[in-house]
Amino acid sequence: MIDVNVSLFRWPTRRLPDDDTKLLVRRLRANGITQAWAGSFEGLLHNDLTGVNDRLAAECIEQGEEILVPFGTINPMLPDWEGDLLRCTDHHRMPGIRLHPDFHRYSLDSEAIQRVFALASEKQLIVQLALRMEDVRTSSSVFSLAEVDTAPLAKTVEKFPQLQLVVLNWSRDLRGPAFGDLAQLKNVCFDIATLESAGGVGKLIQEVPYQQVLLGSHAPFFYHVAAMLKLRESELGEFITTAIAGGNAARLLAGN
Amino acid sequence: MIWDLHCHFTGLEGRTPDERMANLIEYADRMGVDKVTIFMGIRHSLDPTPEVFRRENDEVMQALSHWHDRAFGFAYVNPNYPDESVAEMDRMIADGPMVGIKLWVACRCSDPKLDAIVTHAAKLKAVIFQHTWYKTRGNLPGESTPEDLVVLAKRFPEITFICGHSGGNWELGIRAIRRHPNIMLGTGGFDPTAGMMEMAVRELGADRIIYGSDAGGRSFASQLAKVQGADIDNAAKKMILGRNYQRLLQPILNDKVQK
Repeated sequence: MIDVNVSLFRWPTRRLPDDDTKLLVRRLRANGITQAWAGSFEGLLHNDLTGVNDRLAAECIEQGEEILVPFGTINPMLPDWEGDLLRCTDHHRMPGIRLHPDFHRYSLDSEAIQRVFALASEKQLIVQLALRMEDVRTSSSVFSLAEVDTAPLAKTVEKFPQLQLVVLNWSRDLRGPAFGDLAQLKNVCFDIATLESAGGVGKLIQEVPYQQVLLGSHAPFFYHVAAMLKLRESELGEFITTAIAGGNAARLLAGN
Repeated sequence: MIWDLHCHFTGLEGRTPDERMANLIEYADRMGVDKVTIFMGIRHSLDPTPEVFRRENDEVMQALSHWHDRAFGFAYVNPNYPDESVAEMDRMIADGPMVGIKLWVACRCSDPKLDAIVTHAAKLKAVIFQHTWYKTRGNLPGESTPEDLVVLAKRFPEITFICGHSGGNWELGIRAIRRHPNIMLGTGGFDPTAGMMEMAVRELGADRIIYGSDAGGRSFASQLAKVQGADIDNAAKKMILGRNYQRLLQPILNDKVQK
């Protein structure tokens, strides 16, 4: 199984039970995960993202027991973010990057994100777009994060047919036409970390082809087993469960 | 044994309470949940008139009629109508099958308007579930915080209350109630943020925590994960998943059996 949504290091406002990489890897293995795409909590607030991504890459090698795959954080509002992206690809050989438009404060139709999408397409990188990391009702008032307006996302993505986009932690922000329009695009996938409602995965695949749905846990911020249990809560059948639990992500990575 | 403290009709497929209840039970079966507790109608009303909360309770009654072996019901009442709420508790609990009350966001629970309701609930041995949140951007005008519940619980130290949603922002909610042993923690209806259950067990003890999901709006999976994924011992998990709730319900269930 492939978990496309984990993060390493410390959450800024709380210690988490698995914020030590060894413990996280142990948990992932215990729950049957054979590969996990890892971003970095440090990438939310740090400006030296070069250092953040260097540490992420090193940690995945040193502590990842060959299951952690690093996805470097890119903040297009920083000077020479392109240098960070090129370091992710050319030096660390990362298959993808992760974006945080809420923490880094840019819109989904901005020039900034379009430049990232263009360069990522050229470099054949998977782009993970984390729409949020925490319920805004419970987030620290220190952050005062803006909710990301998802309405323009589909039109932005349409301009980049070679882009491979994975939307993470999206279910509170991406609804109605904004979701429907995006789900029509075959180069966009969705994880299930923040998906709620009883039988949520089953309902999701009525709205988007199962080939575009990926197992993502948002561990260690969330209890890892939550995502695993969601696969059981819906009557998906073995074939679709297998695809969501890893087959779709493996195909995405292979095509990259 | 898994008994779920906190379920609704919302988020479920189906036009009628019966259809939605059947769907809820189907998901509960898949997740190993033995009993569910349902409250409020298909459409929730923030500040329901007596006519509205009676209608919502009738919907729950209808749904319960086929599922007495799998489901409990709580009566939805409104402290802005204390007399009518007490009468509704008689209709639904004393003379009906329900076993608790649900207090939502019509009135902050520190308000003395609740006194007649909680006194009557205690007389009926009914479970008292109070919705609580600490929202970073501010609560609704009548929405209680755990600190509001502490004010109420101090007035009635012999009555047990359930702090719904753990206050949402659970690090604050657990702190608020920890020195008030007549308040138990309801774990449903917020994200499965890791560390929550470990802190709750550390600060409150496992015997003050009751699993609930807030399904169908929430997923059973995400909410069960708070218990099943926590680094707490198996005895604690069993207490939280069912035994504590069973213990709380036992007096009213015994009364109903005798009737």
